[in-house]
Amino acid sequence: MSTHHSANTTLSNEIFSNTSLNVLQCYQCGKCSAGCPVRNFMIDAPNQVVRYVQLGFDDKALTSSTIWICASCQTCSTRCPQNFDIAKFMDAMRETALNKGIKPSEKDSMEFHKAFLNQIENHGRAYELGLVRDYKLKTLNLMQDVEVAPEMLMKGKLNILPHNVKDKKPVKKIFAKSKGGRK
Amino acid sequence: MIVGYYPGCSLTGTGKEYDMSLRKVLSLLDVQVEEINDWCCCGATSAHATNHLLSVALPARNLMLAQKQNLNELLAPCAACYNRLIGSKHEISHNADLKKKVEFVLEEDFNSSTEVINIVQLLQKVGKEKIKSLVKVSLKDIKVACYYGCLLVRPNAVTKFDDAENPTSMEDIISATGALTVEWNYKTECCGGAHSIARKDIVTFLSKNILDDAKLNGAHVIVVACPMCHSNLDMRQRAIKKLYPSHEEIPVLYLSELIGIALGLNGKELGINLHFVDAINLLQMVKAEM
Repeated sequence: MSTHHSANTTLSNEIFSNTSLNVLQCYQCGKCSAGCPVRNFMIDAPNQVVRYVQLGFDDKALTSSTIWICASCQTCSTRCPQNFDIAKFMDAMRETALNKGIKPSEKDSMEFHKAFLNQIENHGRAYELGLVRDYKLKTLNLMQDVEVAPEMLMKGKLNILPHNVKDKKPVKKIFAKSKGGRK
Repeated sequence: MIVGYYPGCSLTGTGKEYDMSLRKVLSLLDVQVEEINDWCCCGATSAHATNHLLSVALPARNLMLAQKQNLNELLAPCAACYNRLIGSKHEISHNADLKKKVEFVLEEDFNSSTEVINIVQLLQKVGKEKIKSLVKVSLKDIKVACYYGCLLVRPNAVTKFDDAENPTSMEDIISATGALTVEWNYKTECCGGAHSIARKDIVTFLSKNILDDAKLNGAHVIVVACPMCHSNLDMRQRAIKKLYPSHEEIPVLYLSELIGIALGLNGKELGINLHFVDAINLLQMVKAEM
């Protein structure tokens, strides 16, 4: 992190103060996008989203479906010749978009994350049936995975009841005190 | 040898055969596991994708629990848990400001001297020679594609484990069973991970490429060390078959299951009957019982 931060746009400053990620470290070589396994599901390539932020097109960046299609595989961060942690940048973009109340184009992905975290907050551990129930009610993808769900139940891979932690208080407290993320 | 054990949520549900097989194999290898008392979820992808502080604080709580149990080493068999635990520890130790925030959230001082290790690292510590000496069923007739996925090796600066582009440590361990390992191109390509539910189309596309490359290079089986990779590569072959009717199934085993077969355990003991893709043919190839 030796480069001086000087993009000086609203979003780049916010990202920098929250994560120490300096978008000017990226010199737009495109190696991240070349190796991205989900590039062909995106409209904007990963390096283009970084470019938007460099140039101050904050809305374009925060509403891009790219930040939600990113699978967090970290191939980009591993290969970046400038050591710019682009996977972490994508995390920061999602969190910023959520905090600003921006509706993600990939609503299902957001609902999945919300439903997943709800189980953890309530039970301390993941509870797959609860997750699927909450997710389906939010997205109305009611018929999804009917080809595997009954067999998963039969194999005992979907627990009917949640596996609760014994003491739920510490986890609930972590959730309460982490709300608002980095701030 | 005693090692701390953080099973993580998947190993109590969708990946329960990983837990079953691992516990049996480790006991045969004289490794005692001590589970963390009342561990909680690490937050997995959903926490780090939406709330950074939460994504560091949840693993930090588990690391503190391990610390209180005086565990020198903590095994996280799930690659995603491993990545979150080791990643949080790394971030906290390199960022004083974040450490303060985590301590505010946890309401205690954070210190962790526990070393977080993945399953391959544990087997390296056990040693190839020890595994070799206990082999009852030689796997010399099968070819294995070792699949590392994303989270065992990346980011390399944090995991400091193997080579991020072409890891070979799993192949080295597996050689103790007599099995041959194939050279292939997709050992660190992403399976789509947590997109499994919201973007099944992405997962089926990525997983099909991985399965096809393993078969193209002569593998009879793919071996994984992550319950998320396992469900994407095993269970999602149903959806792949629907999209591509000519798809020929290939079984996907956990590393602990493959080693378990070599150590003489049968398929049921290892939970191999709980997979979606049948592994009976594979077991017959080495004359092992289901």
